[in-house]
Amino acid sequence: MDIAFLSSAMVTLLKAVPMTLLLFSLSVFFGGLLALVIVTMRVSGNRILSGFAKGYIFVFRGSPLLIQMFLVFYGLGQFGVIRYSFLWPFLREPVVCAVLSLALCTAGYSAEIFRSGIRAVSPKEIEAARAIGMSGFLLVRRIIAPIAFRHALPAYSTEIVLMMKSTALASLVTVWEVTGVAQRLISQTYRTMEVFLCAALIYLVLNFLILQGMALLEHSLSKHRRAAPPSAVKA
Amino acid sequence: MPGVTRLSVRNIRKSFGSHEVLKGISLDAEDGDVISLLGASGSGKSTFLRCINLLETATDGEIFVDGEQIRMVRKNGQSRPESQKQVDHIRSELGMVFQSFNLWSHMTILQNVIEGPVHVLKRPKAECIAEAEALLDKVGIADKRHAYPAHLSGGQQQRAAIARALAMKPKVMLFDEPTSALDPELVGEVLRVMRALAEEGMTMLVVTHEMSFARNVSNRVVFMRQGLVDSSGTPDDMFGSGASPAFRQFIGHFGGEQ
Repeated sequence: MDIAFLSSAMVTLLKAVPMTLLLFSLSVFFGGLLALVIVTMRVSGNRILSGFAKGYIFVFRGSPLLIQMFLVFYGLGQFGVIRYSFLWPFLREPVVCAVLSLALCTAGYSAEIFRSGIRAVSPKEIEAARAIGMSGFLLVRRIIAPIAFRHALPAYSTEIVLMMKSTALASLVTVWEVTGVAQRLISQTYRTMEVFLCAALIYLVLNFLILQGMALLEHSLSKHRRAAPPSAVKA
Repeated sequence: MPGVTRLSVRNIRKSFGSHEVLKGISLDAEDGDVISLLGASGSGKSTFLRCINLLETATDGEIFVDGEQIRMVRKNGQSRPESQKQVDHIRSELGMVFQSFNLWSHMTILQNVIEGPVHVLKRPKAECIAEAEALLDKVGIADKRHAYPAHLSGGQQQRAAIARALAMKPKVMLFDEPTSALDPELVGEVLRVMRALAEEGMTMLVVTHEMSFARNVSNRVVFMRQGLVDSSGTPDDMFGSGASPAFRQFIGHFGGEQ
């Protein structure tokens, strides 16, 4: 085993970690916001809004993320409206295209995950909130969203891990994140095995940290489902 | 203030599809009244209670809470409240206690109790916490304030739910079969809390199957049958010689308690 090469490859790849983290955090953030908009439309009860949301979810869950990314990266520039608009300086950047397509895609999945969480909220708890005078946004903010989020969290942490791995696709639209840098290194050294092993190890560590964080969050939000502490049981 | 009408309901009708559940029910509750609503299942008593705070929308009729009428409009032949804001306000003045408690599972008991005062009435949190602790003490579960609903027995949960409703300082308390989901040995602790409330002069409307409560605690008994008020009166009249034949037959099913 060539420790010297492995460590130098690792150093090269680690320099690309900030880009992977940037792609990941921006797309999870914007994708999450968009998912909230989509799921609000989906459960609004308005047929047009709900129909649009269903269509959105179908399109972005039903087609490969790679093709979506290619369409954004290669496709948008073909429209004059976009090519000559104020958006073009942003949209011609590979990083922006990658974040945009990652966010659009995860929004579709997350919206469905959030919807399953909302459906799991007990109608009785909602009724109790209505009965003390809550409605509209207050009811959502105080009762529905906190309960729904707790139900959705396990599925949502899986989606977040998938997003971390999906950032690797950005290498195919010329973003120099970990996978892209790994491929460049391989084309220079022809040492596929070592380089990709290093890359895989980086993703494993990143996802381990994310999963630990999510587990911690889940733990702190599920006190009500655990056995009572001894102090609460007595008398 | 005895003599003040806290709740007035006029000629409430409610249909589910073509099935008319309530066929014109009227009822007045003055300050301090404790009214027991009795009736066989399907007689419409729970639906009637739920119409009062608009968890069900009555098809027809008028409701006044402390003199304020709930404004209704007709749209596409359906009756509905004109203003959600008014509905929220009216509901904040009516405490509701449910058969299955309906506590918010992700909040501690104390959080359940202060939720309404803090977020609906927008009152200072410290004040609400102090009041909530006093209420929890009153219903006998002060030591459970940091526990979650799932960690409590049914009787304790229902007492917490009563404290939650009281925290809103309601003008009228509505109880929808508050002891029906409880194990027999837990019924007493909830009834004791309700009796104490009645003795303090709280205006209460109680849908119940507890004949002893109807007889000994309430000052008026309303017997519903097939969507109508069959008969009503003081417990002495109703359980005495003045009972209607239908009510006599109904309480006959509770033989052991008579």
